[in-house]
Amino acid sequence: MSPEVPSDSGLAAYNFAYLDEQTKRMIRRAILKAIAIPGYQVPFASREMPMPYGWGTGGVQVTASIIGPDDILKVIDQGADDTTNAVSIRAFFQKVANVAVTTHTGDATIIQTRHRIPEQTLSEGQVLVYQVPIPEPLRFLEPRETETRKMHALEEYGLMHVKLYEDIAYNGRISKTYAYPVKVAGRYVMDPSPTPKFDNPKMHMSEALQLFGAGREKRIYAIPPHTEVVSLDFEDHPFEIQRFDKPCAMCGAENVYLDEVILDDKGGRMFVCSDTDHCEDRREQGHVGELLAIQEAAE
Amino acid sequence: MAMQAQALSGGFHEPVYDSQAVFRLLMDGMARPGTVQTVSIDIGQPTPLGRAAGAIALTLCDADTPVWLQPAVAKSAAAEWIVFHTGATIIAEKAEARLAFLTAGSRPCSPGLFSAGTQEYPDRSTTLVIEVESFTSGKTMTLSGPGIKTPLTATVAGLPDIFLSFWADNRGLFPRGVDVILTAGDRLLCLPRTTTIA
Repeated sequence: MSPEVPSDSGLAAYNFAYLDEQTKRMIRRAILKAIAIPGYQVPFASREMPMPYGWGTGGVQVTASIIGPDDILKVIDQGADDTTNAVSIRAFFQKVANVAVTTHTGDATIIQTRHRIPEQTLSEGQVLVYQVPIPEPLRFLEPRETETRKMHALEEYGLMHVKLYEDIAYNGRISKTYAYPVKVAGRYVMDPSPTPKFDNPKMHMSEALQLFGAGREKRIYAIPPHTEVVSLDFEDHPFEIQRFDKPCAMCGAENVYLDEVILDDKGGRMFVCSDTDHCEDRREQGHVGELLAIQEAAE
Repeated sequence: MAMQAQALSGGFHEPVYDSQAVFRLLMDGMARPGTVQTVSIDIGQPTPLGRAAGAIALTLCDADTPVWLQPAVAKSAAAEWIVFHTGATIIAEKAEARLAFLTAGSRPCSPGLFSAGTQEYPDRSTTLVIEVESFTSGKTMTLSGPGIKTPLTATVAGLPDIFLSFWADNRGLFPRGVDVILTAGDRLLCLPRTTTIA
């Protein structure tokens, strides 16, 4: 990275947090309306960002509009702090907003996430910003925006239940494992972004404010704290989250979401916490998983 | 001329950071209805605009947001102040306003005429900023709904009785409806359309 450009160099500098003030006002108004109508997708005039669509331009615009100089930002990508998307967005905000960053869930005031909710329960005052690729839960059932608008307006969600029912008819169970539709505050059916359904229960009555930004699709939506979020299901096929046979190979954590990691070309593999901060914390506290114990014994 | 001088003075000293700070109060307030937030930034707004109401105007209004002002406010320097500092247009048609600034003390002005949005686009509704007397004495209201953990009590002085029946009607329109921000001097309290008042 190049050294800081002195302010008198004659080069134009970016506004704080990259976006211009009028854009921020437009997004801020959308956020306030989104909070007032939980689960409803507010259209907004999404801007081009210095990163391609699909890299979190919606989440970045939401974060840029709410972040202040005193905020502490954490960015995760599939639960990890150290993958490309997380690293580059974190570096982006360090550069354009000069804010403090952290990897510790508990220390962050704003957490921007791609496809996971941290394992550690979020607290009051924290804001979780989701990067959303396709905000419309009904889009793959009805491609026309005019029609899905009407379906939301009339609270006509029968098609979604048919989809889940067909899943059961074909597979014997609801086979959707991520972007599992939820009903927010008893009214709007909402796409929780492609988080594993494992994370759905964490959205229910969360202490933290949850904001969702979809840049390409130009939509912002929100779940206020302490709001009912129910995963759609049937009485005889209740909603279930994924279960794992083994604990995390590194920290021994149970009841957390695990990633499969291939270790060699002989079929070796391990299951390890998807939330890297949670895993590191546990290891620091002295928890040792199966694989880590073997490794330590060998050293 | 004194009116003009008033209109041209004040505003945010640090527009970028101040508007962010005020927005966060609004965002936290909307996310946690009934909690009282305090605006600590001096913005030198002319009367009858309170500090919180003025700060909301500076934070949310611009050329994209038609603003409706109660006649008493519209005739004061506050109208010119809002226009000068934000670039917003003051309009007479309630239904087209994105934001409206009112004082609760004066005669209630058919709040039902403001835009409640449409069933397809309920976000296209007016946000009412209503100046009340205080949040420390007066009528107690029990609030519940999204953003509220257990029903909480808010105390508001100076809100006309008609507000409660208006609010019940507004609640009945959901997902359409107006959102309200009550202001009292430097304090503000948000009532998004999801909040039930008992």
